Amino acid sequence: MIRKLLIAAAFAALTTTSALAQQALRIGVEGNYPPFSSIAPDGKLSGFDIDIANAVCAELKVTCTLVQQEWDGMLPALNARKFDMIVASMTITEERLKAVDFSDPYYDVPSRWVGKVGSFPDVKPETLKGKKIIVLRNSPRAKFVQDNYKDSEILLVAKETEVYMELAAGRGDIAVGSSVVSSEGFLKKPEGKGYGQIGDTFRIGTGGGVGIAVRKTDGDLKARINAALKTIRANGTYKAMAAKYFDFDISGS
Amino acid sequence: MFDWPVVLAALPDFFRGLRVTLILLAIALATGFVLSIPLAMARVSQNKWLSMPVFLFTYVIRGTPLLVQMFMVYHGLAQFEWMRQSAVWFLFKDAWFCAWLVFSISTTAYTTEIFAGALRQTPSGELEAAQSLGMTKLQIYARILWPGALRRALPQYSNEVVGLMHATAVASTVTLVEITRVARDVYYNHLSVTDSFGVAAVFYFVLTFTVVGIFKLLEKRYLKHLNRKVSGPVPAR
Repeated sequence: MIRKLLIAAAFAALTTTSALAQQALRIGVEGNYPPFSSIAPDGKLSGFDIDIANAVCAELKVTCTLVQQEWDGMLPALNARKFDMIVASMTITEERLKAVDFSDPYYDVPSRWVGKVGSFPDVKPETLKGKKIIVLRNSPRAKFVQDNYKDSEILLVAKETEVYMELAAGRGDIAVGSSVVSSEGFLKKPEGKGYGQIGDTFRIGTGGGVGIAVRKTDGDLKARINAALKTIRANGTYKAMAAKYFDFDISGS
Repeated sequence: MFDWPVVLAALPDFFRGLRVTLILLAIALATGFVLSIPLAMARVSQNKWLSMPVFLFTYVIRGTPLLVQMFMVYHGLAQFEWMRQSAVWFLFKDAWFCAWLVFSISTTAYTTEIFAGALRQTPSGELEAAQSLGMTKLQIYARILWPGALRRALPQYSNEVVGLMHATAVASTVTLVEITRVARDVYYNHLSVTDSFGVAAVFYFVLTFTVVGIFKLLEKRYLKHLNRKVSGPVPAR
């Protein structure tokens, strides 16, 4: 009797795991946010987000397809089931939590201000009064700027990389964005010559961080992703991947 | 179908977007109309040195996507140091100027071809009559060619106006917050197609309906001669 039960249990376990293994996941990624994700001219995706996505997939033991999606259609596409999770450097915010669910943070990067070297002594709202601030639309930083810099003009752009294109073009006086994107995508490049960080780095909100977004109905997937993230952090995979891109601790823990 | 609280909350933004759409449409249309008059005359000229450059211009502009033109003017030019140092940079720095320039050039190309086509359709008898009366070239244009051509161009021109109105959505890619940009923001924040693009579609539909209505009135008035009611059967000859 006990033997029979054991066999049944083993059989059940086997079928569930194989069902999980067979299940293919589609992952929404962005491709316009170096060094987290970028698209090579031949269409190949690379970056920290992509590595995380692949590492999580390997841990989940499922086959994954990466689906490239424009930033401002990301959340709608997830809920429209174009893909099952988003690994696109998406900051966990209260607004987004109304629409989707997030895994534990897989990294946390501070924000910073960038402008012409020496253009502003600090970034107090009084200093930036009447100046034009460039920031990404529909982002936590945009909300932060709109709430705190009411006397400044704000130029909202559609992509994070456009923030620095507009700054270099002189269409705004100062930009605020991710510390990593501003250094990788602008300050380290020839276009960023003469520009630098202004004021200190800062974090918006407390303990937000960047998570993997899943649909609210996919609680099971979220738990599995969290377990996978824990494993790759514990076994050194995460550290090795992060070292490829950053010379500082991005783990946020 | 609609989530009314969301739609109502977004309506003020949509109306602000409508204003931007209408301003873009109006300034581009006005510029396009004014420029198309001399360009259409050059286009139908027998002088190759006049007609060829205009043909090349309309060919190139009509042959490239509006979005590409917009990116080249707004982001492309900004990458050149000499451009940023130049005296006209204060204009190209401005998204409004870039949008006005790109939309105006585009609609000028299409309108020029529409007007040139209408000029070519002038019945030769009208021309001969004008010439036999000893009118000068300019007089013929002012009294015979343009009054007829502009009337004939009305139906096609109304299509161009509607097309340009829809094309103003391209301005959403260069930070101008017109109807489509508002819709994208609402979509992003509320994840509902009907409350965002659905509302935008209603706005565009009402605009289209209005434009078509205005042109129907104009056609009724200016193309009246084509619409004479025939009383009774045409007698056999």
